[in-house]
Amino acid sequence: MNKREKEQYLREYAISKSRGKPFFPYAVTKDAVMACVVMAVIISASLLFGAELGSKANPTTTTYVPRPEWYFFFLFELLRVIKPPSLVGLATIGVPTLGMILLFLLPFYDRSPERRPERRPIATLTGIFVIGAMAYLTYQGANAGTPTALSLAPPAPVKAAGGETLANFEAGRLAVAQSGCLSCHKIGDNGNNGPGPELTHIASRIPRQAIARTLVNPTAPMPSFRRLPPKKFNNIVEFLSALK
Amino acid sequence: MARRPKLPTPPVPSSLRPAPPRPGEGNGKVRPVDHAAEAGTAVVDWVDERTSLSGAGRWLMFRKVPKGTNWFYTLGSATLFAFLSQAVTGVFLAMYYKPDPSGGAYESIRHVTNEVFLGQFVRGMHKWGSSVMVILVFLHMGRTFFFGAYKYPRELNWVIGVVLLILTMVMSFTGYLLPFDQRAYWATIVGVNINGTGPLIGPYLSDFLRAGPEFGATTLSRFYAIHMLLVPGAIVALIGAHLYLVTKLGTTAPPWQKVQVDEELRKAQA
Repeated sequence: MNKREKEQYLREYAISKSRGKPFFPYAVTKDAVMACVVMAVIISASLLFGAELGSKANPTTTTYVPRPEWYFFFLFELLRVIKPPSLVGLATIGVPTLGMILLFLLPFYDRSPERRPERRPIATLTGIFVIGAMAYLTYQGANAGTPTALSLAPPAPVKAAGGETLANFEAGRLAVAQSGCLSCHKIGDNGNNGPGPELTHIASRIPRQAIARTLVNPTAPMPSFRRLPPKKFNNIVEFLSALK
Repeated sequence: MARRPKLPTPPVPSSLRPAPPRPGEGNGKVRPVDHAAEAGTAVVDWVDERTSLSGAGRWLMFRKVPKGTNWFYTLGSATLFAFLSQAVTGVFLAMYYKPDPSGGAYESIRHVTNEVFLGQFVRGMHKWGSSVMVILVFLHMGRTFFFGAYKYPRELNWVIGVVLLILTMVMSFTGYLLPFDQRAYWATIVGVNINGTGPLIGPYLSDFLRAGPEFGATTLSRFYAIHMLLVPGAIVALIGAHLYLVTKLGTTAPPWQKVQVDEELRKAQA
């Protein structure tokens, strides 16, 4: 916008303002009606859905669902879209930060004087695309279940060994199912494919010690499992290192 | 004594209306009843004489709003109203809440939910009010974006609005931990871990949020202080700046509103 365009805008705005109506009571009436609508929505949501309280926070149990409030779903889903481990930083911080910077600087790089949406097609289409993408990711996030059951036949060597090996495998299967692993990892046909890597053949990729080390000291954003009771922890390691 | 503004006469039969004072009645003295009727005006006058606030009030309330402003223009004040609702319900919740990670926090929320009169209702209002506020913030921003209302001379107000959007998200993130149930605890751990993956400041930010390298006893009180004092204070200050600029610069006209310059004015200028 150059100086002439600025002055033209100010002149036109002064005219349209001088022909307007006073804020009180005309705009205030609309605002008051809208405030009543907002209040009615909040009150009915509270009456209909209430506010549930889960069980008490406990670092040593693992039956948890690490799900954020629904309006953060699109950020979390970004982790499922951008999968390679080397790009995790991009998904967690990179893209949101870039979006924020672009949002901050919007008036400084969009300097055209045009205001009608149909005459700024790039801005309007970008806006619609961003809203669509956020809506799609939120929808995906809302539909991503957090399975707490894991059905997986024991691999042949475990089955052949039978006895204690098989019992350990089964105990580990239960512990993994309860520990929320499946909300981010895929094991066989169970669980969500991402943000974490697939675990179906994890033991053929990394050795047992590395599995245990990763559980204690994971790559962000996975939480650490070091506070688990040792028995449960060993069961999980046992189970994962049998997945070849 | 200042003249009282005339109120419209209510539509009652003349027999029920108070009789007008007869000539000579009261002999021009001011009766206490007149003083009482004047009390409101007198108080406002008294305050205005010492503060000169009535000018600011007129500037705020009787400014003109361009023709054609429609319901889309109520989204900003609706967001403000949702924030006020959050503030009021939040104050009531704070009367019962204890930021004690060793069980007190969870217990106090359980007490509010199950035992306090209307406790679950107020907690529900606070919980769902946050969703409503986030939706309204985004709708308000969408309106500003598509109507091109962030352009000259309102760039700074857009920037303040983006800061308010981020602060609203911070409120949501920090408030989510406070009930201290399983869901809150583990979601916050993942959320803080995500912050930690950022370049340069990421690890410092997650250490600051956790109050150390590990999720510990002071983490909850840190989130509580951010949620109750730091961010609400910043939001109130920035809303003040936002409203000041809206009032000073004026509400935008809808972009397709045609400005017809007065023909006579144009002739006079030519």
